[in-house]
Amino acid sequence: MPPFERLMIPLPPVTQLVQSPDRGGPAQPLLSVRNLVKHFPVRDGFLSRAKRAVHAVDGVSFDVAKGETLGIVGESGCGKSTTARLIARLILPDSGSLVFDGEGVDEFGGVSLQDYRRNLQMVFQDSFASLNPRLTMEDTISFGPREHGIGRQQARSRAHALLERVGLRPAQFAARYPHELSGGQRQRVNIARALALEPRLLILDEAVAALDKSVQAQVLNLLQELKAEQGLTYLFISHDLHVVQYLCDRVMVMYLGQVVEVGPVAQIYSAARHPYTRALLSAVPSMDPARRTSNPPLIGEPPNPINPPSGCRFRDRCPHAQAVCESTVPQLRVAGASGHLAACHMTMAGSAHPAAPTGEVCT
Amino acid sequence: MTQTLLSVQDLTVRFLGDRAVQALSGVNLELVQGETLGLLGESGSGKSVTLRTLLRLNPPKRTQVQGRVLVDGQDVLALKGDALARYRGAVVSMVFQEPGLAFDPVFTIGSQMTEMIRAHEPVDPTTARVRALQMLERVQIPQARKRMDAYPHELSGGMRQRAMIALALCCNPRLLLADEPTTALDATVQIQILLLLRELQRELGMSVIFVTHDIGAAVEISDRLAIMYAGRIVEQGTVADVIQRPLHPYTRGLMDSTVVSGMRGKPLTAIPGAPPDLADLPAGCAFGPRCPSASDQCRQQVPATDAGLHHPVACWHPITDKTQGC
Repeated sequence: MPPFERLMIPLPPVTQLVQSPDRGGPAQPLLSVRNLVKHFPVRDGFLSRAKRAVHAVDGVSFDVAKGETLGIVGESGCGKSTTARLIARLILPDSGSLVFDGEGVDEFGGVSLQDYRRNLQMVFQDSFASLNPRLTMEDTISFGPREHGIGRQQARSRAHALLERVGLRPAQFAARYPHELSGGQRQRVNIARALALEPRLLILDEAVAALDKSVQAQVLNLLQELKAEQGLTYLFISHDLHVVQYLCDRVMVMYLGQVVEVGPVAQIYSAARHPYTRALLSAVPSMDPARRTSNPPLIGEPPNPINPPSGCRFRDRCPHAQAVCESTVPQLRVAGASGHLAACHMTMAGSAHPAAPTGEVCT
Repeated sequence: MTQTLLSVQDLTVRFLGDRAVQALSGVNLELVQGETLGLLGESGSGKSVTLRTLLRLNPPKRTQVQGRVLVDGQDVLALKGDALARYRGAVVSMVFQEPGLAFDPVFTIGSQMTEMIRAHEPVDPTTARVRALQMLERVQIPQARKRMDAYPHELSGGMRQRAMIALALCCNPRLLLADEPTTALDATVQIQILLLLRELQRELGMSVIFVTHDIGAAVEISDRLAIMYAGRIVEQGTVADVIQRPLHPYTRGLMDSTVVSGMRGKPLTAIPGAPPDLADLPAGCAFGPRCPSASDQCRQQVPATDAGLHHPVACWHPITDKTQGC
């Protein structure tokens, strides 16, 4: 028995608001992201024309399978949050496409933006800034369902059921305002709000980062229970590599707007192929006073995303950089076990990097 | 060698106002020269208030302080005027969490450092500038000469924190207070700053109090750990003792709820409830309402700090090796 099964408590059914049915079957990814690009123009001064651009997200492609938790990790400025916002359509991409359960998002003949947004909800890092300070918890949670055509009474009872589910007694909390709650309680309300529309995909953008450790553990447990109960799929964005290892099935590592490595959690944490991933993992303090870090795994900070290096973007911090890394952009290719991809010349046969494998790699 | 540098005795801090808040309740701390103490706790546990009281940075009119703070035999709470200004920066210095807010945005890094050196020592501007430059090089800022004339906003987060450390160390303080200096930084930059602080501490032989909520960072840098909860130090000892053999149920709960590798698929053992309201502390042990082994005694009497099994702990029912199951 999976450890979270015993905690399943069904929510009262809501006639008009049910999770939309599965269409493409289990093999169809819930979300496919293809070649997402977003550049933010930078103006040099007042009235000047934008000449340069911050390459926030530069050709990001990945799939999120049904029922999995995909973690996105990377340093600040690597494009994790921009990717999340592009997926949620909070900002529009310069180019690229989204396919939700086999249907194009906001395309002719595809899923409409309203339906898409109902299926996809987001929880943000700042629990206070993402709640309307003038709405009570009950109003906040029932706002979405009412906007989607649910009656006042029904939306209200659903809000109470959700509050109860996330561990806040409705009698005590339903009429409160955001400033009357602690950080952990507010984040629970944000989760309840996101679940109010019966979504299939939940984007958690550093949702537990601002919480104290003891409260963070409570929220992590809640997230796992809810996932098991409601068959949710999570996109979990975090810079805490321990939490990602604990919660996620697959991990995607980003650097300067690009995906450098993606694969199953066990693969990435035990046999990372990209030098950046390895450095990132060894930068985590060990918790063992006998095994302290003696040398920093990386020198310096990520370069400026306005003017990223040519070729491999990691090359000027990489200890293995060669001429080929400057001239050629490494593509995301199979590296090791199935589903494990890395964008590094060292893992690509025939890439002209001295450390590259010599034999042909079967893909 | 083992000369006591800092001694905090029964320090109690209350902030007055509409709701009087008891931020610290009877904190006792000792620190010897050259030692690094990690002060670990959640938000609202009194870590930052402790540091601010050591530098007397709390608003004087609304703060009620009781107890004694001795640094190198000098009574800090009695300092006034010039003596206080001399003490701040030259004897005890502080690194803040957000260097972007701690620097003055309208002066260059170099001029702020030179100003600090000249405020404490009778040197001419050129000498002060040379010393500032040496300090910037010492914290491993690349192109230090160029960075002297940079404004704080022109530096990246990690670089700004290095400059902040350089500024704090300008006048060779005996004690450095670091208030979550790596919390706002990425993991790869955090480890660089931690290693830098460790190296500087060893070279300069100063004492450091490192405040953090991140157990990993505290373990990485400290010799001793003190765990704070609701304005009290509940447990202190060497890093290995506290981490491997915690005595206080709160420390144990904090360790259990911290995610480390190899916990996949198992539900986390979270501490139920939330930290108490400091304006309305419960009677007895502040952790009592959340504690699995709380008894009537815990609800009535504040536990005194006693010697403990291997290190001091403030708990009526400390965890014994038997209950730990090892």
